Amino acid sequence: MKNKIFDTMDDAVADIPDGATISFGGFARTGFARNLMAALLRQGAKNLIGLSNAAGAQGDEMTVSRLIEAGRMKKMVCAFTASPHPSRRTALEKLEDEGKIEAELVPQGTFIERIRAAGAGIGAFYTPTSVGTELASEKEHRNINGKEQVLEYAMPADYTFIRAYRADTWGNLQYRLSQRNFNPMMALGAKITIVEVEQDILEAGALDPDSIHTPGIVVDRIVKIPPPPEGIWDTAAIK
Amino acid sequence: MEKEPLSRQARCNRLAMEFKDGWVVNLGAGMPTLCSNYNFGDKSIIFQSENGVIGYGPLAEEGKEDLHLVNASGQYVTLNPGASIIHQVDSFSLIRGGYIDLVVLGAYEVAENGDFANWKTLGRKGGGIGGAMDLAVGAKRVFIALEHTTRDGAPRLLKNCSLPLTAPGVVSKVATNLGFFEITPEGFMLKEIAPGYTPAEVQEQTEAKLIIDPNLKEVSV
Repeated sequence: MKNKIFDTMDDAVADIPDGATISFGGFARTGFARNLMAALLRQGAKNLIGLSNAAGAQGDEMTVSRLIEAGRMKKMVCAFTASPHPSRRTALEKLEDEGKIEAELVPQGTFIERIRAAGAGIGAFYTPTSVGTELASEKEHRNINGKEQVLEYAMPADYTFIRAYRADTWGNLQYRLSQRNFNPMMALGAKITIVEVEQDILEAGALDPDSIHTPGIVVDRIVKIPPPPEGIWDTAAIK
Repeated sequence: MEKEPLSRQARCNRLAMEFKDGWVVNLGAGMPTLCSNYNFGDKSIIFQSENGVIGYGPLAEEGKEDLHLVNASGQYVTLNPGASIIHQVDSFSLIRGGYIDLVVLGAYEVAENGDFANWKTLGRKGGGIGGAMDLAVGAKRVFIALEHTTRDGAPRLLKNCSLPLTAPGVVSKVATNLGFFEITPEGFMLKEIAPGYTPAEVQEQTEAKLIIDPNLKEVSV
């Protein structure tokens, strides 16, 4: 059995090449692999394509925005490419205006379904979401059972960075509460799934098989998050 | 009589009065989250959040937040008895699959045919769609809470939206600072008006031609 446990975040991201496509888990404060993002920033890979619900936050918080600001991303695919507040523009908006990054805007349900499809061996699917909007203007339309729908293609990733609450040595994962969000489907949809874990990594068999959210066969690398200040943990102070 | 425009909370309370017992309701970020502050009395409402939380309760008290538990607006919430947690694909399956009775969203513009626009403003390349397009086509009903006009006084209740649409023809009820409206096949019907205003004053600030309900009342929440 291949050892999936890596000692450090830096080891776990060391082989990521320039030009890789990486999906980033996490939604609204929870489930972000902030330590892996920090390691990727140190590692230096560039011309990356990022799949992420949002383009990250302003300020010091470790989000995908740090990678965008550092000029590492060639393209971002997001459900939010702009901040809702015009006065607080994201790094992605600024760089897009300067023509230094490409941004693709995708409705959130379509975004994660495209990631799931890639992991599920499905090439494309039809959805009613975005019909009648400018996003659908160049998409293939089809009327299915009386409902107009658009064709959306699977969106595979080379790597995914996700966070989980518990893991065992086989890579079986449990998330806690809303930390789950995109993460099980991103684990499915990437060739290499890298997980930062909050609790100590358990022996195989310690987790109830009926209560595993992501099966270990889709997980490749697991790293325990070190205690602060070395490790980045979520705090209520992050706004 | 003194003019009393409806506060953001009052607008959301008015929309919340329309919720039916047992409805599964999704509240968009910003103003719509205020709907959950309404006292629903005997009605049991299930709040669903697109990040996979079904059955969340009031906001967590400061100092008692669970750092793993937020709604889709990033607010730390609590769970009501009977709550469940799912992942985002399952959550959007429920949304597109017709399991959500109502979504309440904010908007920049609403048109008299039920179109609305809430993800992109003029002059910006990017936008923020989030789950709004999926919710707009998937939920059984779409209500909108918004300001009646822009800061410059331009109307937001229009004949046709000028901004890129979130979805065509889906909005059924609207609350603004000036009143509570229903979208009928003939256009916006002013059902209830903010205290101190006349229908003519509301019409002045509205591009679309208003139909005035013969039983027009003052909003009371």
